[in-house]
Parts: sequence; structure tokens; C-alpha cells
Amino acid sequence: MNLSILKSDKKNLNSFIAAGSALIFIGFIDIILSSFFSTNITAFLPSKISYLTPLLFGLFGLYLIRIEFSGNKLLDKVNTNFNSSNFNALLTLLVIFALIKYIPPLLNWFVFDANFAGNTKEDCTSGGACWVFVKVWLNRFVYGLYPDTEQWRINTAFLTLFLLVGASFFVPQKFKKYIIIFLLFVYPIIGLKLISGGDFGLKYVETGAWGGLSLTFIVSAFALILCFPIGTILALGRRSKLPAIRYTSIGFIELWRGVPLITVLFMSAVMFPMFLPDGTYVDKLIRVLIAITLFEAAYMAEVVRGGLQALPKGQYEAAKSLGMGYWKMHFLIILPQALKLVIPGIANTFLALVKDTPLIFVVGLLELAGMVNLAKTNPKWLGMAMEGYVFAGLVFWVICYVMSRYSQNLEKKLKTER
Amino acid sequence: MSKIIELKNVNKWFDKFQALKDINLEVNQQEKIVICGPSGSGKSTLIRCINRLEEHQDGQIIVDGKEISENTKDLEKIRAEVGMVFQQFNLFPHLSILDNCTLAPIWVKKMPKKDAEALAMKNLERVQIADQAKKFPGQLSGGQQQRSALARALCMEPKIMLFDEPTSALDPEMIKEVLDAMVDLAKAGMTMIVVTHEMGFAKEVADNMIFMDEGKIVEKAKTKDFFENPKSDRTKLFLSQIL
Repeated sequence: MNLSILKSDKKNLNSFIAAGSALIFIGFIDIILSSFFSTNITAFLPSKISYLTPLLFGLFGLYLIRIEFSGNKLLDKVNTNFNSSNFNALLTLLVIFALIKYIPPLLNWFVFDANFAGNTKEDCTSGGACWVFVKVWLNRFVYGLYPDTEQWRINTAFLTLFLLVGASFFVPQKFKKYIIIFLLFVYPIIGLKLISGGDFGLKYVETGAWGGLSLTFIVSAFALILCFPIGTILALGRRSKLPAIRYTSIGFIELWRGVPLITVLFMSAVMFPMFLPDGTYVDKLIRVLIAITLFEAAYMAEVVRGGLQALPKGQYEAAKSLGMGYWKMHFLIILPQALKLVIPGIANTFLALVKDTPLIFVVGLLELAGMVNLAKTNPKWLGMAMEGYVFAGLVFWVICYVMSRYSQNLEKKLKTER
Repeated sequence: MSKIIELKNVNKWFDKFQALKDINLEVNQQEKIVICGPSGSGKSTLIRCINRLEEHQDGQIIVDGKEISENTKDLEKIRAEVGMVFQQFNLFPHLSILDNCTLAPIWVKKMPKKDAEALAMKNLERVQIADQAKKFPGQLSGGQQQRSALARALCMEPKIMLFDEPTSALDPEMIKEVLDAMVDLAKAGMTMIVVTHEMGFAKEVADNMIFMDEGKIVEKAKTKDFFENPKSDRTKLFLSQIL
């Protein structure tokens, strides 16, 4: 059959545009029908073929309107950006059609068919997500098993933290230093004491009762703050000229990097107490914090080492030639530049750390994901795993996205060269 | 005039390759020495040994009365007295020009910040770059960067200045501004050891010339004698090629 009649050309521009647009339009109608009304124009055909018909209509339509230098600005733009070849046309259609087909059902489940009102599982009748589950359990998801009457302590601790962090952005440079020192060295002790209690008339709350999102924050924050300096020192140690320091660093890094976190946590809970003298007791949470910190420090060390290696030798030589010793050279010249270079890597490690915190369930500590896990096994709320994990996933995503944006801003702010 | 640098039978190896062979050299206060020679002849290695950016394995290096060796405790103090300007400038890119200049005086010499800044501005003025003090190194031209590097070294108020091919990485039109700054410094009476191929500069400034080849000092002579009446054939050949 002679197909040359179907070869687009400028002579019959308008008829080709009309025919092509009509076909594309039919393709869209078809996909929208199948998305919203679970039928389509070619429903009489075998289902596998009718599933693909919108794509065929669209492809043929796009083929007809693929006319170079047509003179029509919009058409030229569409052709160069989305429709430059059959393959690109196929990709364009696949993306658009997939969005039309799969976004609405997802939105339906999330919002339109979802249940928000009520207090029990039985209130969820409409077939969508049962957010009642999250609503009822929200308190537990945030505070874990912490006693309801004592929750103001967690609120106070975190509110103070946020206020201090916020203040550090707005106060003059002179006070900023003191706020940061306070945040790093004094606040953690006060905050932990406030939450654990035991003194000053505060009821003691054992760490086993801590949990939920607040525990996620506590574990992440401590591990983040501690793993950074330890990692930096390990990185410097690995490049040291002194063999004892170098091999100790290498050994430490390779040991911790080579072990899965879950086994490290397990060891910290089960094996570690055996090495302690009788009668001494280190709290479970402290042991977990140490384990995660050392584990992530090993990764941090390698990230920082990458930055150290990227610096030209001349920077070291210039610092030395000005009479700087090892520590001055590293703290004034080398580390500021090296750390800036590896901000993306540091952010990566931090994000991984936050997302590793759910693993502390192996020692019986239940942070956000752990609490979800617990709640879904409650006999009254069986079958709510989807809602729970979607909620936990969203919360983790928000935390990580904020951190990622912050690291990008930091990168921009610190950019002075090149 | 008194000796400020003294090298006695200095030998240096990079693994099996011998970079310096039996170097003997004395430098007096306020003396200006220009070292020239083909690439790989050990010129840079020689001056880098003087502030121990490279280690020598044999012989003695005495700077301002103190011997430099692996046992030197106050190496940092000696380095603070010996300024160095590098071929690649090696400014600190994360700091402004002013901070580049004040960092070492503040942290190494414990100078109050105000005094350090005044000193830095004075030296930046001296190399005619004071108006760029707030900029970062990446925003300056090569010539400006090298002059900033010179000012940074001068802020430590060194007794000796070492120059390691200070103009080799510069575009031709920027070489002059750097050389001019160096000539000014020489006239002010600084002790200088300069590795360079700029023979015009050498003729104008140097008291003594040194020609090196294959790790050895082939010829050391008064500048006038060196150019007009070189003794060794190797020197003659080298001069005929670059002049």
C-alpha cells in the first residue's frame, strides 16, 4: 500500500493539523474514559489491545502533525520539545497518559474517598484511606508510650530547641556563637534531663517508654551532632603520617563500615552489657546512640576524606609556609574548604542516618515507624498497615526534604570561589 | 653582612632519583639571589628545602642560626620568618583577600585583629591592590592574585622571601605588575631568593646568580659576570637559549 499520502507536508498543513489533533484528542478522551469511567471507546476489542489503543491514536496523531518549520510557532515548539521522533512522541504520551490514568485513583484513595471523621475502624466505610487510624493514634506516633500527663516535658524541650535554633538565625553574629555553643554542649543535657526526669520533682520516665516521632528526632539529632566531629577526626587520622593513628583509624572505619547497622544495634543491646563489670548499667538508649553514632561516623569519615583529598597540595604548602602547625592548618584552611566541597555527601549521610533510625526496633525502642508497626497489630485496628506506613513515609520524606533543601542553601551561601 | 641562610653539602633524593647533589650555599642578609636553570634541575626543590616543604636527607640547612631537620621543634617559627610565594599563588579561596592576609598574623603571631588588618592594608597598598581587599581570590586576575599572595607573605614580616617561579603561571601582560612589586621589595632591602626565568628582572635586581643543572649548582657568580662572562659551557648554552 502506498503510504506517501500519509507523509506530512506543508502543502496540506491545515488538514494534517486537523487530522492529527483529532486523533490525539480521541486518544485523550479514551484514556480519560478509562481512568474515570473504567470503560473506553475500544472496549469491544480484547482488553489487552484496548488498553493500548489511546497510545496508538496519540502516536499516529503526533506523527501526522510532525511537520518541520511549519511556521506555526506553537506547533514548532511542540514538535521540537516533545515530538521530534516517534520514540520521543511515545515517551511523551506514556508519561502524560500514565499521569492521567494513575493519579486520579491515587488521589481518590488519599483524599476524595478517604475517611477523616470518627474514632473507630468501623467509621471507615467509603473504601479510601482510613485516616481515622492516624488521627486516633497520632498521640502515640508522636510521643510513643510516654505518659500523657508528662508530655508537656517533651513539648517544652522541643519548643525550646526550635526557638533557640530560630533565634540563632536572627540574632547578631556576636551572640550567635554563644547560642550555638549552648545548643551543642549545654542544651542536650538539659533537654535529656527534662525528658527523662528523676530529679527536680519530675517523674522518672524510663527510656523504654520514649518513642514515636520525638524519639526519631532525639536519636537523629544526637547521632548527627556526634558523628560529625568523630568522622572528621577519623578522616584526619586516616591521613596521618603516624602509623599508629593511621592504622587505628583505618581499622575503625573498615570495621564499622563492614557491619550491617542492624547487627551493630543487636550487639549493643545483647553483647555489650556482657563486657561491662557487674552492677554497672548503661541505658539502652545511650547504647543505641553510641552504636549509631560510631556507625555513621565511619561513613562520615570517608565522605570528609574525599573532601580532604580533593584539595590541592598548594593549600597545605601555603598554610605551612605561613608558619601554621597541623591543627591551625586544618581548622583554618583545610577543613573549611574540604567540608564545603562535601556538603552533598554530608547531607547524604545525614539523610541515610535519619532513615536508619527505625532499625532501633531490634532493641525494643519504637520510634515513628516502630509505633506504626505496633499500632497496626492492635486487634481493633487490623489492616491499617497501608495508612500507617504511608503516614510514616510522608513524615520521613518531609524531614529529609527539609534537610536536603537546607544543605542546598548552605552550599549556595558558602560558595565563594570558582 | 651576616649570613642568614647556610646550606652545607645538602643532598636530597626522591626515592632513587637524586634531586639535589652536594649543595653549598650562603646567603647574606639583604642579598638577592636569582636561581635559574632548565626544568627538573632542582631549583624549586632547593628553595622548598629552605622552609622544609621538602625534606633533605643529608647535609645541613641553617636558617637564621637554627638548623632545620626532622628534629626541629619550632619549625613553625622558622617558617613564619621565611615568606614564600608560589607559582600557583595558593591563596585561600574561602577567604577574602584581606582575611588571607590577616589569618596568619592573627593565629600564628597572636596579633590583635585591628593591628593585623592595618598591617594587611599597608601591605596590600604596597602591592597596589588595596581596593580589592574585600574580594575573594576567584574574582581577581592572575596578576592581582599573585600580588595578593606576595602581600599575604609580607604580612608575616618575614626576614627572608622565597619566590618559586612567581610569574610562570601568568599571562604575559600580568608578569610586569608582579615583577614591579618584587623590584620594590628588593629595593626596600629584603633578603630574596628567586627562582625565575625572567632574566630582565635578574639583571635589574640580583646581586648573585646561580645556575643549576641536574641537581648541582653549576655556576654561582656576580650578576654582571654571570651574564657577560659565564664560565661553564652548560651556562653559556642555557643563556644562549633563553636570552
